[in-house]
Amino acid sequence: MRYGRGFGRFWFDFVVGEDWRIAAGVVVVLGLGALALRAEVVSDQLLAVLIAAAIVALVMLSIVSAGYRRPTRAEEHR
Amino acid sequence: MTSSQAGLLTAVFLASAVEFVEAFTIVLAMGVTREWRSALWGTAAGIATLIAVTAVAGYALVRWLPESALQLAVGTLLLIFGLQWLRKAILRAAGLKTLHDEEQAFHQEREAALRASRDQRLGLDWFAFVVSFKAVLLEGLEVVFIVITFGVNADSVPLASAGAAAACVLVLVSGAILHRPLARVPENTLKFAVGLLLATFGTFWSVEGLGVVTASRESLEWPGGELAILVLLAVWSAVSCAAVMALRRAAPEPA
Repeated sequence: MRYGRGFGRFWFDFVVGEDWRIAAGVVVVLGLGALALRAEVVSDQLLAVLIAAAIVALVMLSIVSAGYRRPTRAEEHR
Repeated sequence: MTSSQAGLLTAVFLASAVEFVEAFTIVLAMGVTREWRSALWGTAAGIATLIAVTAVAGYALVRWLPESALQLAVGTLLLIFGLQWLRKAILRAAGLKTLHDEEQAFHQEREAALRASRDQRLGLDWFAFVVSFKAVLLEGLEVVFIVITFGVNADSVPLASAGAAAACVLVLVSGAILHRPLARVPENTLKFAVGLLLATFGTFWSVEGLGVVTASRESLEWPGGELAILVLLAVWSAVSCAAVMALRRAAPEPA
């Protein structure tokens, strides 16, 4: 059990890293994009551009807000 | 060579160079302080493990997943992983995170190696072997992840592997000639470039892969086809530079 948790923790840290909100945001945007694609609300090509724009905006907002938060010493050196 | 393949080769080469420089620092500390033979065996064992992981995982992914599902799953992983690199590089460029210092890392590893006890196993200095093996494996795992995700989506795992191997040879030859940590390599600039490429291709492929939810299950078309990659790269670069400039104002004044 302990090894399983350690294994999962390693891969979570490896892929997701320090800011889980970025990963969660990307998954949510892609999920909403999939729903919009199935509902055929806009053309496929316009939807591709809108999803990409949403990902870029969300990620940059997350990075800039993380930068304005005071990092801990451990975060600074990681 | 297509734009995907050019991006693949650049990203893998730069990412590998950065990771191998970090691994080289640790192996060098083990070789100089403990014993070269054990450090080199640890390095060889680490590289052999990385090659095996690349072959098995790459083969399994290509065989078991349909193209659009592969683009979605692997593209999303690549995007999330690449954004981690980009985030760190932006925070470092803005002065909100300390830069990686190879000289300092070398001295820390050297001191740890001097303090460790002498334990001989299989005719090797076990500390030097294990530390070198772990360094190559852990630093190399990021390279393997990029080689597999990028290579599978661009349908060029051999080209990606060649890019990684070229970087490995370059670092080893440079290290053998200089015989000291490669502290002058602009690691953050390289990580910034890799982060931008991974974010660009990750966005491109994950959005294309959304086609798996449609009735045809075919990949989604970007306006302009592969030219959209260049537009995405320009957008990611512009907003990342803007983020660095905005965050520099939030960075503490140097003492």
